[in-house]
Amino acid sequence: MSHLFAAYALWERAIIKFVRSLHKIMISMSMPLLFLFVLGGGMGNLVKYGDGLNYMGFIGPGVMGFILLMNSMGNGMNILWDRKLGILKAIVVAPASRASIVVGMAMGAVTTSVIRALIIFVALVLLDFIRLSPWMLFTTLFFMFLMSWSFAAIGIAFASRMTDPETYPAVINLLVMPLFMASNALYPLEALPDWLRVFAYANPLTYGIDGLRYATGFPYHFSPVLDLIVVLLFFAVSTLSCWRLYCNVRL
Amino acid sequence: MADVDLQVADGELMGLLGPNGAGKTTLISILCTMVQPTSGDATVCGYDVRRDQTAVRRSVGVVFQDSTLDEDLTGQENLNFHARLYGLNAATRRERVNTVLELVALSKRRGDLVKTYSGGMRRRLEIAKGLMHNPKVLFLDEPTLGLDPQARRRIWDHISKLRDACGTTVVLTTHYMEEAEFLCSRVAIIDRGRIVAIDDVEVLKANFGQDRVELRVLGKPDPLLHEINQLNDVLHCSVQNGRLHLTVRSGDSFVPKVMELARSCKLEISSLSVRKSSLEDVFMNLTGRETGEDLFSSE
Repeated sequence: MSHLFAAYALWERAIIKFVRSLHKIMISMSMPLLFLFVLGGGMGNLVKYGDGLNYMGFIGPGVMGFILLMNSMGNGMNILWDRKLGILKAIVVAPASRASIVVGMAMGAVTTSVIRALIIFVALVLLDFIRLSPWMLFTTLFFMFLMSWSFAAIGIAFASRMTDPETYPAVINLLVMPLFMASNALYPLEALPDWLRVFAYANPLTYGIDGLRYATGFPYHFSPVLDLIVVLLFFAVSTLSCWRLYCNVRL
Repeated sequence: MADVDLQVADGELMGLLGPNGAGKTTLISILCTMVQPTSGDATVCGYDVRRDQTAVRRSVGVVFQDSTLDEDLTGQENLNFHARLYGLNAATRRERVNTVLELVALSKRRGDLVKTYSGGMRRRLEIAKGLMHNPKVLFLDEPTLGLDPQARRRIWDHISKLRDACGTTVVLTTHYMEEAEFLCSRVAIIDRGRIVAIDDVEVLKANFGQDRVELRVLGKPDPLLHEINQLNDVLHCSVQNGRLHLTVRSGDSFVPKVMELARSCKLEISSLSVRKSSLEDVFMNLTGRETGEDLFSSE
């Protein structure tokens, strides 16, 4: 029970801060919205995909994946702030288990990232690209949760080791952009040159986005079961490494 | 740290004094399980700091030297966060938040962001945070560093109130001598990772302190000076402008003796003043005046 309280403490703190800084959310949403409307709108006339599907609709799940990737992984930055402000020390000397702290932090990242991704989701619903149904909503949230948690875990893992608040965002950027570009977010896998397709196939984001495409009713590439297996595997590996590294978090 | 052998009794208010870099903070870090000792054993409330980390963490509260508050949260939110980390349930949490806020007189500002607090209020909130889970032992690492005298006095009051009201064992590091003298029943002086003295403040003063006596006599002081030099509790004696400057072990017992001697030499004492040794004198005697420079050159 007390572990639950500790996880809740971390989660609640993330939510309070999220709600208090709504302006930051608008800023962080500007790039995904540019992708969706400007890139989607601009490229839309050049690209025709499959059975006349609009390009904006095609990149919708890709942009959601991008939001989950960027915000969840970037969430590790909070650990670096906590370290600088001394809050990390206070957390570490508390009797709460490291696992409950990791769960609380990851859930905070999941909640705040999924809310952002849902903004794109709502836009896609309003543009009539997505037909709402309970099953669709459930599978979408399920894939979003798994992706967001996994990326958050990787962010926490990096942040446990890295103490310099300037290198961390640089490294995260170094990871986020290639993962995003070498995936199926902006272009269908069939259209990729072979060398790039190799990277896209090895990229867990590809399977997450493919799962989201399946969930939201867009054409998808792999079987949803394969998407789920890869995403679950990624979830397990990232969670385990995150927990291991956070147990010896640098102060 | 080397050869630190230290025992603190239940309900005691123990002070750790030492120059910068002496190892005070390291000692506290070990005792609250933040740093693993490379050798030796330490137990807190009967729990080993290496094997029973969780039990130790549950029993101790720590107020670190530098801030651990989240400035973007309110005072109350900071306390709630802390309470949940320590696994307190909702009812206990609410009750404890009210109690500790009352204790450090911050109830009125509980809903304000910590950003807007003054330095003294932040320190008080830190102490309140350390007390949230009702720890058996509270470590305070330089609790009044950088505060004005009023704020410092208020924090001292809170600390002694707390010891009296809750029976909490308090271990406090400081290099303010007045602070140690005001608060602590016992003091350990640490220098370069070793404990160089540990005892009651008064005993330390008696053992390592020297009182200074200054007296003036009407007429030539030479016969009196001769007599005084025979006494074995006089450590140092000099004459300046007809005034005798004496360093003695205990001013209290020296004064009647010197009166007696003056009478036997038929000299009249025109003025006599005793300056009792302070803890600072003891500290300087034990840690040496050159410590600070030594540290700078070795670091």
